[in-house]
Amino acid sequence: MRFTRLAPLALGAVLAAAPALAQKQQINGAGATFPNPIYSKWFSEYNKLHPDVEINYQSIGSGGGIRQLTNETVFFGASDGPMTNEQLSAAPGKILHLPTVLGGVVPIYNIPGVDVELKFTGKALADIILGRINKWNDPAIAGPNPGVKLPGTDITVVHRSDGSGTTYIFVDYLSKVSPEFRQKVGVATSVNWPAGLGGKGNEGVSGLVKQTPGAIGYVELIYALQNKLDYGTMQSMDGEFVKCSIDTVTAAAGAAAAAMPKDFRVSITNAPGKGVYPISSFTWMLFYETPKDKAKAKVMVEFMKWALTDGQKYAKDLGYAPLPPNVVNLETEALKRIKF
Amino acid sequence: MPKAPSSRRSADDRWFRLGTGLFAFLIFLLVAAIGYELVKNSRLSIAKFGLSFWKTRVWDPVSGDFGALPFIWGTLYSSLLALLISTPIALGIAVFLSELAPRVLRTPLAFLTELLAAIPSIVYGLWGIFVLVPMVRTLQVHTPDWLKKVPLFTGPPIGVGMLSAGLVLAVMVIPFTSSVAREVLKAVPPTQREAAYALGATRWEAIQAAMRYGRTGILGAIILGLGRAIGETLAVTMVIGNNPQVSLSLYAPQYSMAAVIANEFTEAADNLYLNALIEIGLVLFIITLIINVLSRLLIWRVSREVKVKEPRRVPAVEAAA
Amino acid sequence: MTRDSRRRLLSRTVVGLCGLSVVVALIPLALIFFYVVKQGFSSLNWDFFTKLPKPVGEVGGGMANAIAGTLILIGIAAAVAIPVGLIAGIYLSEYPKSHLASAVRFTADALNGVPSIVIGIFAYGLAVMPVHRFSALAGGIALAFMMIPIIARTAEELLNLVPPSLREGALALGSTRSRAAFSVMVPAALPGIMTGILVALARISGETAPLLFTSFNNRFFSLRLDQPISSLTVQVYTYAISPYDDWHRQAWAGALVLVTLIFIFSALARIVTRRLERMHRA
Repeated sequence: MRFTRLAPLALGAVLAAAPALAQKQQINGAGATFPNPIYSKWFSEYNKLHPDVEINYQSIGSGGGIRQLTNETVFFGASDGPMTNEQLSAAPGKILHLPTVLGGVVPIYNIPGVDVELKFTGKALADIILGRINKWNDPAIAGPNPGVKLPGTDITVVHRSDGSGTTYIFVDYLSKVSPEFRQKVGVATSVNWPAGLGGKGNEGVSGLVKQTPGAIGYVELIYALQNKLDYGTMQSMDGEFVKCSIDTVTAAAGAAAAAMPKDFRVSITNAPGKGVYPISSFTWMLFYETPKDKAKAKVMVEFMKWALTDGQKYAKDLGYAPLPPNVVNLETEALKRIKF
Repeated sequence: MPKAPSSRRSADDRWFRLGTGLFAFLIFLLVAAIGYELVKNSRLSIAKFGLSFWKTRVWDPVSGDFGALPFIWGTLYSSLLALLISTPIALGIAVFLSELAPRVLRTPLAFLTELLAAIPSIVYGLWGIFVLVPMVRTLQVHTPDWLKKVPLFTGPPIGVGMLSAGLVLAVMVIPFTSSVAREVLKAVPPTQREAAYALGATRWEAIQAAMRYGRTGILGAIILGLGRAIGETLAVTMVIGNNPQVSLSLYAPQYSMAAVIANEFTEAADNLYLNALIEIGLVLFIITLIINVLSRLLIWRVSREVKVKEPRRVPAVEAAA
Repeated sequence: MTRDSRRRLLSRTVVGLCGLSVVVALIPLALIFFYVVKQGFSSLNWDFFTKLPKPVGEVGGGMANAIAGTLILIGIAAAVAIPVGLIAGIYLSEYPKSHLASAVRFTADALNGVPSIVIGIFAYGLAVMPVHRFSALAGGIALAFMMIPIIARTAEELLNLVPPSLREGALALGSTRSRAAFSVMVPAALPGIMTGILVALARISGETAPLLFTSFNNRFFSLRLDQPISSLTVQVYTYAISPYDDWHRQAWAGALVLVTLIFIFSALARIVTRRLERMHRA
């Protein structure tokens, strides 16, 4: 229809004529909620250092980041689930994955009367999400937690209602420890959840768990810390119960960092080793190798250099693990591939 | 030589008609364009799934299996629930304000009920999350065990779910239904009520006569309320639980068509997924179109009947005077 | 009990129930206003109106960008919708029996009932995808689409209420139809038309769904039409579903500002109507 083709042309003309006296460079990005706390800190600090650079990042979920980057409505995306090969080929240009920080996904819960750290085995967690275990005093949960009096409250699973990299990390881990989970649910940013409530973003899941007695959910560590939510420890591949922390997440990246693939797409869940937190992951920013807007590309490359060096200082305070040094080196090399 | 004034005027008039007509045509074009875009961008999904799209329960972005039954179920269930709760209240308000209230109270009360319509849906959602849902959760916790066995009331007491969604929607719909019903009742000629009183009717019986006269219009008002409930997005997604399941239970978290679009649109990663969502939008568009037309036809019929009946009365009165 | 007294009892009961239904409807209204004012008012401070949002998890900051954004979006919507709606309304009242008029009336009413999320989908395909950016302009256009049918139908109705003798008098004095319409009919119907515009503004100020995929959101203060822009509604939504107590506090404050804005529009609508009607009568 002519209208639908004329209107965008007219719109484009108006937008092109929009005040070009913007010395401020506004760059839009969207994606994962997992790293949102540290990204928002980074962009705020970077703006203080460079007041003419405004990086507007919206946390709409990893799925959203991938889609909007593919649609070219944002300049960069962010995801904690690496793009699949199909997604990469669907994009109009070659996309680079650049890891920014490491983080861990923790199981948060709200059990009336229970305010302690619970230990979860991978299989128990998978069975809870599958709906096979639906009361808190089930033996699979009580087993590893002998001293704790668990009530017979129903378990309400809270998952993501939007496409999420946090989901990706979580189901990636659960699929590794439970073949039934892999078969029934699978691994992606949006899955067919067997049961539960849907919350939007890490924020929505935390909010729902906080308000719903008997709920269990999965969020990035910082969301549990900032909202003072109880979170459990996970049994690692070695058998011991490990608490998510900067050290245990860094340990998870240890082996992978040494053998980092060239495109930086690697999974570090259920990693072997001592003191390894099993639900850990890199999180990536996504850029086009040959972006159309060269000015923005230059600004973002400068930003990335800052993020990989000075920016890493902010990671620990917010519960993220800084990148291993050899990964930083590999990335600094990779940054040169962005052409502007 | 300057044109004669009359031909200049007719040229102006022709430009006037053309110019204003063009703007009017834009509205027509807009609706046609919306329909066209919705159809065009849901073609993949329509082609792949056909009518079974609306009978399948599974919504699985991983395997590319999309079935929209949970969404249409959730939309219809929540809207009908809202209608069930809101209609008696809205009609009660309409009757009270048009027939029973002392004149002094009429304007302020009407103003207050219309204020309900002015509250934006995001504020309803906010209030829903922090005030209504905890209340519903308390209600759920205190439901007696024997009642919990009834399919309508099964499920853990989480607060968010069909009941909360129905309640919020009911409150949002009340002012729409009641203000249109009020207009309908005002349009009913006083002779109807006078005749009823003359025959010895009680107040309620006279009101019944008036309502019977305006029944098509009142039906139209109710259907208008239904349309409002079906299209509501934000308030519903904040309190319904966002779980694509088909459940009879009022306590179960479910999903609605508008809510799934709002949550998953920006990230539908592949074209089939996006097409499936837009197909849901297309059906939403068609349903609300039908409801809108239906309700307006019904409401319009009452006012037309009134206009037709009036002239017959006047000559008799004038003759008597 | 005699049949008569039973009937009378029934009548009195029903009358009582009708009164009760008014009370029942007013309970949620009171609750909403009570909560919005109580929670929101205590969170309103100078910072709220002047500061930008702080990084995630940090306490403080404000919604200055969201307030500015909402005003800009309303401005864009009004700038697009008022001319289109008004002129369309003029056509509908000048040529009421034409085929185009019937078609337009039907589609205007249809457009009124379209859920705002569907308008959002359409605006995304029309104003965001082709130019590859989220923008305030796209958001304003989406809102304009919702205002146009309200303004057009209100303008038509009010112009129809103006006695045709005014138009005929102008035409008899040699004026063109356009002059008659714009200089005579519209000013005569102005109070009602302005009310319609203000009602439409009140309605769209509270819209969130169409903005989610058009104006998106912006952490920074922006007045630009070609960039994403923050808005009170989207910001309140984002904060409401988050787990941060400080954000909840700010959400209530944002809701209070929003409700106040809508209230101002509605009150203005009434005042304008009454004042201009008085002028006309004098």
